[in-house]
Amino acid sequence: MGFELNLNLGTAKSRKVETGIIYDTLIVGGGPAGLNAALYAKRKGLNVGVITEKVGGQVLNTYLVENYLGYKSITGEELMAKFEEHVKEYDVPVTTEEKVVRILNNEYKEIHTSNGNVYLAKTVILASGTIPRMLDVPGEKEFYSKGVSYCAICDGSLYQQGVVIVAGGGNSAVGTAIDMARIAKKVKLVHRSEFRADKILLDKLYALTNVEIFLQTKIEEIQGKSRMTNIVALDKKTNKHIVIEAEGIFIEIGHIPKTECLHGMIDLDDKGEIIVNSKAETNIPGIYAAGDVAQGEYKQIIISAAEGAKAALSANEYINEGKH
Amino acid sequence: MAMIDDNSKTQIKNVFGQMKETVNVIIVTKKEHCDTCEDTVNFITEITDLSEKLTLEVINETDDKAKTLNVEMAPAIILLGADGKDYGIKFYGIPAGHEINSFIMGILEVSGTGETLSDNLMKRINGISKPVDIKVFVTLGCPHCPGAVAKAHKIALLNENVHAEMIEANIFGEVAQKYNVSSVPKIVFNDGSELIGDQPIEAFLSTIETLS
Ligand SMILES: Cc1cc2nc3c(=O)[nH]c(=O)nc-3n(C[C@H](O)[C@H](O)[C@H](O)COP(=O)(O)OP(=O)(O)OC[C@H]3O[C@@H](n4cnc5c(N)ncnc54)[C@H](O)[C@@H]3O)c2cc1C
Repeated sequence: MGFELNLNLGTAKSRKVETGIIYDTLIVGGGPAGLNAALYAKRKGLNVGVITEKVGGQVLNTYLVENYLGYKSITGEELMAKFEEHVKEYDVPVTTEEKVVRILNNEYKEIHTSNGNVYLAKTVILASGTIPRMLDVPGEKEFYSKGVSYCAICDGSLYQQGVVIVAGGGNSAVGTAIDMARIAKKVKLVHRSEFRADKILLDKLYALTNVEIFLQTKIEEIQGKSRMTNIVALDKKTNKHIVIEAEGIFIEIGHIPKTECLHGMIDLDDKGEIIVNSKAETNIPGIYAAGDVAQGEYKQIIISAAEGAKAALSANEYINEGKH
Repeated sequence: MAMIDDNSKTQIKNVFGQMKETVNVIIVTKKEHCDTCEDTVNFITEITDLSEKLTLEVINETDDKAKTLNVEMAPAIILLGADGKDYGIKFYGIPAGHEINSFIMGILEVSGTGETLSDNLMKRINGISKPVDIKVFVTLGCPHCPGAVAKAHKIALLNENVHAEMIEANIFGEVAQKYNVSSVPKIVFNDGSELIGDQPIEAFLSTIETLS
């Protein structure tokens, strides 16, 4: 029996971002990008704070991270606890459990939160990451938490000896199918096109005997009564509809950028990602974006963290040049 | 064999250094059909050994004391204040995995070193005048669950009309099934209204305020 210690419980107790102060930089989001931006900004001597719903970001949803340089294998939670601890060494105020709902570009940048607070800063770094993409099919909302799940490490163990579907064909989906094959009696991996996952994962997947793979199969509806019982999908090879039964479905079909607090004030690309240049600058001077929410091909912890650093250094330059 | 490694023990010990008052930890076990009772006792003993401000008592489900504490299933863990005061804070199942964090947080809260809430939140919590029971279903692999457990416990600590319990959905599979748990954290208020996810404390209070 293991345990996952995270003694940063004290987030509750650490310093919080204050209203009525003008910060040099405020960071929206406390995942890898936001925390690394905080570290870099603070070390440059900026008066910096972080506002985030939760500390740790999406990394908390992953069990093992094996591609962050310097750690051969570490749990997502442990890695993020280390990030947080590192930032706290510098006494950076971190406000949690507050959602940024609006950002205004007035004399100062104003950050409005769900608690009704307004925080002021000369520069803002957007590091709000992404949220799971939904299938957007009938029944998905209705059966959310009644079989439909977006968090396999949370809910996977509730399907001991059960039959589950994993939707998707990338690394997350294949990884989830492999993990679920250990818990469930049967795993049905359903994906609308061909696999995009790494070979090392696919090799593991193909070696499993209790996984059934449905490629070129598009999910069209999730059905059930008090809980989900099955999906209806289109088999694109035969152009026929099929019913696939399962007690649960884990949806792992990628992520979409979290930008609703911007209300259109910042330019996004056609994927909804914030457009940035090589200095992490957005179209509004003094507002930067980093990590998964920003334009860029690859979404990884180390890449997000690095972009956070870049954004902080750019913000520092902006302030030093007296652009505010 | 020790369940908690030395490095983690040192870290936990440091955190317990913040404790103000003594906290009395009660474990309720039962003799038969309890696969996890022994592990629970061993695990919790390793934790309570880390501070002089922690006492541990293991009792049986059939003991009168278990009844006074309104224990419904075993294994259960109850955190009592210095004078044996019952705040209505319980853990059903073993708070290992991610839940070790809500357990440690619960100890700190009961010992009087908790987070101070804003005046507005305090006013809303003090305003709860009817009995409220909060069940927070968790799994040990769920990183978002300890946050939800800690919030439920916090509200219970601050208002004696509120009782809050963590329920580990794998150990108590039948209960989880009865409440149709298929995503965690699932928070059930007075066996009726529900929330899913580690919601902000405001959402807990809004739900409580709408209970009839
Ligand atoms: C299941 C899974 C497994 C993964 N495995 C790996 C892996 O093994 N290796 C790897 O390198 N990468 C992995 N990734 C990718 C990696 O997690 C992301 O690239 C990384 O977390 C992005 O960091 P970020 O800081 O940009 O955003 P996020 O991690 O998404 O963090 C964003 C933060 O912003 C906060 N936030 C969002 N909106 C608001 C708002 N309006 N107000 C306040 N706060 C807000 C959120 O609470 C969150 O804390 C995995 C991802 C998933 C989902």
